[in-house]
Amino acid sequence: MKLFTFRGGVHPPERKELSRDREIVRAPLPSRVFVSMSNHAGAPAKPVVETGQEVKTGQVIGEPTAFISAYVHSPVTGKVVEIKKMLHPVIGKPIDTVVIERTGDDDWELLPHGDFERFSKEELVDIVKKAGIVGLGGAMFPTHVKLSPPPEKKIDTLIINGAECEPYLTIDHRLMLERAEDIAHGISIMKKILDVEEVIVGIENNKIDAVENMKKVLRGIAKVYTLKTKYPQGSEKQLIYAVTGRKVPSGGLPMDVGVVVQNVGTAVAVKEAVADGKPLVERGLTVAGEGVNEPKNLIVRIGSPVSWILELCGGVKEETNRIILGGPMMGIAIRDVNTPIFKGTSGIVALLPEKPLVPKPCIRCSRCVEACPMNLQPYLLYLLALKKRYDDAVKEGLMDCIECGSCAFICPSKIEHVRYIKLAKNVYRALRGGKK
Amino acid sequence: MKLITANAPHIRSFDNVRSIMIDVLIALIPAVIGASIFFGWYALFLSILGMAVGELIDYIIMRWIRGKKDFVPDGSGAVTGVLLALNVSARLPVGIFLIGLIFALGVGKHVFGGLGQNIFNPALVGRVFLMISFPTYMTTWIIPGAGFLKSPWDVQTAATPLMILKEGGQMNVTYWDLFIGKVGGSLGETSVLLLLIGFVYLLLRKRIKVMIPISYIGTVFVMTAIFYAINPKFGDPIFHILSGGLMLGALFMATDMVTSPMTRKGQLIFGLGCGVLTVVIRLFGAYPEGVSLSILFMNSLVPIIDAVTKPRVFGEVKR
Repeated sequence: MKLFTFRGGVHPPERKELSRDREIVRAPLPSRVFVSMSNHAGAPAKPVVETGQEVKTGQVIGEPTAFISAYVHSPVTGKVVEIKKMLHPVIGKPIDTVVIERTGDDDWELLPHGDFERFSKEELVDIVKKAGIVGLGGAMFPTHVKLSPPPEKKIDTLIINGAECEPYLTIDHRLMLERAEDIAHGISIMKKILDVEEVIVGIENNKIDAVENMKKVLRGIAKVYTLKTKYPQGSEKQLIYAVTGRKVPSGGLPMDVGVVVQNVGTAVAVKEAVADGKPLVERGLTVAGEGVNEPKNLIVRIGSPVSWILELCGGVKEETNRIILGGPMMGIAIRDVNTPIFKGTSGIVALLPEKPLVPKPCIRCSRCVEACPMNLQPYLLYLLALKKRYDDAVKEGLMDCIECGSCAFICPSKIEHVRYIKLAKNVYRALRGGKK
Repeated sequence: MKLITANAPHIRSFDNVRSIMIDVLIALIPAVIGASIFFGWYALFLSILGMAVGELIDYIIMRWIRGKKDFVPDGSGAVTGVLLALNVSARLPVGIFLIGLIFALGVGKHVFGGLGQNIFNPALVGRVFLMISFPTYMTTWIIPGAGFLKSPWDVQTAATPLMILKEGGQMNVTYWDLFIGKVGGSLGETSVLLLLIGFVYLLLRKRIKVMIPISYIGTVFVMTAIFYAINPKFGDPIFHILSGGLMLGALFMATDMVTSPMTRKGQLIFGLGCGVLTVVIRLFGAYPEGVSLSILFMNSLVPIIDAVTKPRVFGEVKR
């Protein structure tokens, strides 16, 4: 069997067996949700509700403020108790957050919906936009922006990302087993929007059952390619290269090579918006890690506190010292266990303490260079960032780094390349003052 | 429950600097055992002494002279110590060996800033320092096979095959002798077989920049083959790759991570340069053997090699 892949990468322990065989279960409704106005990449939304206001499930509570921004909806039926600034773990700054106290069961406010063949392309994109759908793989890029490329960019291929290369995470795997029909439905909608014939689903070969199931369900709709299990196989640029052989130009977007990539979870969300009229108010996620007592794959409402979700999974072990939103390679460690989940939270991973790392100087073993999927020299970027030579670092491809963490994972000297690269990127952007 | 907010990635590979160094030490065990069988107990003594003292020198320099109170021994000093032992004669006096080791670690490594910062391979710095300072001691070799218990000073001295070749003398060693190590020479430059066993171990553990030995040994083979075709007095290519310090140098010294290039292409160029220089010194230079000088010279070019062999960033347009 031909396996599609890319150059570089690493093989972290997968640890997917913790939750791989757990069927997706729908969590009960949370009593209180914290919905950030920055539940997407780009400009935060503007709250359009007031304290004390009654809201229905699916009612718009935040409106986009820019082209790259998205709608935010109430995930429960209840009453707005507070609009306050809360620390956003990804952005690292306080962001407006609407706190809603649930008062009853779901009373839905639905979008116009029905058979997607009835709608025009523009109407479909509008539904996706009104539904507040963003990339559910983790980047939270607004989906309607991806689905409306400028006319000069001819899109010929839609890639559906089912790689799920992050250790511990199994939600996409479960979706492909249990919700393949919904994924197929979502793919058909996006096919119509983008007007493409070629759809490729990429799945790593550690999920052979998902490959078989998707092949069966997607016959005539999409091709299913088996990818080599390797991190970061699910990274957009690496996935595009693996299945089409096209390289997204440095600083460019997938649309520059005629490709749009969507996550399998996003396909389900698109189906639910168009066919059922439900805005994006819930998502599937994996709760796993050695620190979790009962690992699960759950569907939970956006804005549910992490502590509440962990309680549903039997709580965490006393020794747990790190709780991560997302996977362990790229996820964000949270300090406050009451942090809510976001639209892009694909998992909650609780990790037990490990031996403290003893950092050593770089011994030039060249493993980071071999591992870098972007063909960068992480050791060099680290050294340049350390010496504050940011312009030189940019010349060495600093801005091309996808922050996948392969270099820091493999490093025998335990150097935190990604931390320094992120810092250097931020400083460079700030110094450049917005200029290109 | 107290949460810490470490940076991504939150999981790390199990490898660390110490485990790499320990693997290199394990890979050198066959060569050390071989040397003590060929040359006697003193060879084993020198190797173990080098290991212990190398680590001790690292510790003293780091903790007391450089004031790094949190320094934890990492095994790199031990590797340098064993490699230096493998690079000297089996009857080098202990005092001279220790002077060489102190120089290797002090000047070869810590003057540059310690582990990871040095430009030159410390063991080779030590060897060349001893060669220049104590040429007689460093070029008096003993014949192998006297037995483990025999004192090396009671054993007959012998010339290395490369010295015989240089002087145009009659060669009476077979390829098999060279391969298993029944020839005169330094501790580690005798048995190709034992060095290869260690190398395969490092290869299986993925601890080695494999491109360097391939291009180094390949270059020596091809070049000496050309010269052999021109004039057989230069020695045939199989003789050249089996004799002297080439295997030790190509497999364990040139592949030193710190002092070799970072990219595959750079490693290819590095090995090529080492190979060309080794052949030129062996065939036309004043010394019979040129492995250590070639590697040291190429070490000095590593920053330039790294600069010209930058990988093209994924998606970068060809300029």
